[in-house]
Amino acid sequence: MSINNHNTHILPKFEYYSPKNIEEACKILSELPEDSKILAGGTDLIPKMKEGVLKPKNIINIKQIQGLSGIQEKDNCIIIGANTKIRDIEKNLIIQKKADILHQATKKIGSVQIRNIATIGGNICNASPAADGVAALIALNAEISIIGVKKKKTIKLEAFFKGPGKTILNKEEILTEIKFPVPEPGSYGYYCKLGRVSLDLATVSLAVQLKMVDEKVENIIIVSGSVAPTPLRLYNIENLCINKKITNDLIDEVAEKISREIKPISDTRASADYRYLAIKGLAKEAFSQILEKSRGTR
Amino acid sequence: MKVELIINGKKCIFDLEPNILLLNLLRDKMDLTGSKYGCGIGECGACTVLLDGEAVLACMILAVDVDGHNVDTIEGLAEGDKLHPIQEAYLEEDAIQCGFCTPGFIMSTTALLKENKDPSEAEIRNYLQGNICRCTGYVNIIKAVQNAAKRMNKK
Repeated sequence: MSINNHNTHILPKFEYYSPKNIEEACKILSELPEDSKILAGGTDLIPKMKEGVLKPKNIINIKQIQGLSGIQEKDNCIIIGANTKIRDIEKNLIIQKKADILHQATKKIGSVQIRNIATIGGNICNASPAADGVAALIALNAEISIIGVKKKKTIKLEAFFKGPGKTILNKEEILTEIKFPVPEPGSYGYYCKLGRVSLDLATVSLAVQLKMVDEKVENIIIVSGSVAPTPLRLYNIENLCINKKITNDLIDEVAEKISREIKPISDTRASADYRYLAIKGLAKEAFSQILEKSRGTR
Repeated sequence: MKVELIINGKKCIFDLEPNILLLNLLRDKMDLTGSKYGCGIGECGACTVLLDGEAVLACMILAVDVDGHNVDTIEGLAEGDKLHPIQEAYLEEDAIQCGFCTPGFIMSTTALLKENKDPSEAEIRNYLQGNICRCTGYVNIIKAVQNAAKRMNKK
């Protein structure tokens, strides 16, 4: 029995690669066997290696690749490089001013120390249904760019996930950037989550991003985390809100119907029954806060 | 692999296997045992060090990955026998019981006070969420951070 079957401070050995550009990285990935892992921040990968959950033979560090980090606004879109640290997104003034929901979500990821290491690309590729950043980015209608050996593709972020820890990424592909349209005037967003302490992974989370015209909801995206194998769009609830004013009656109706839209399991963090109830509270909180914000700015 | 680091202001060169964690390098090869191995999974903050001035967890970082960077540990804070104002503040407020979490807390405090010279209690509690004190001496730790802020602002 290996001594690495429990959390240990000695990592099993692996081959280490630190490519300098994306082409080199894709080439290395395409030539290596399946048991290879990309290292970005490492805040998910390293603990999993210590606990023996993952035993990669090869580690490909993508941090030395130039041009994979940074936040810019271009053609009415915000573009975030996959290697951008969570803390840099949290502190970024463009994000604070124009994509408040992402600012709120990044503040809720782990601790300062984690956010100083962890990257947004890692938050996405780790494919946890609880990922705070992911729920907010789907609510912002984000797309992601993926580069492989010969081709580049762009897909909707919500189509990226196949299950817990599973994505559509092929072994030679790398997520390079995240892009979303700057929310239009009259847009409001709110992200909330429940956990035992604030550092925890979300037991249940909810992201709501909407645009109001003449007090009525013109478009809306609602995403819930930790209630299904992947982050979940709640289309039926979105449709319920379209063209309506946010009133206490609508909030009550949303809270009443939202539980029917989720498919939670019972796990170490909470029972499914708890999650069915808790999501109602999060829905009330999110919609009430958005209503308050919209009144404050009128 | 050849790795060059600046640890507490001193240039250090190592030949390392890639699976060596930054924390193991500091503790085992440099005898800098102030930073502690606590939970190992990023919950406790006992291994907090500064990487280019930012608080990070040394138990989750490969040493080869910080080639060319600055790492500061608790051992680098004092100037000879003269303790750093944050260390003096922790002593004065009795913000230490068993002491295991203290180096991590002090390094997080260093990062906090660099960002925010006069943090409120809420801001202190929020920033220090990544550090756990299992003796639960949080009240005195908050006082120590406020005390340290005063000392450093006087200078």
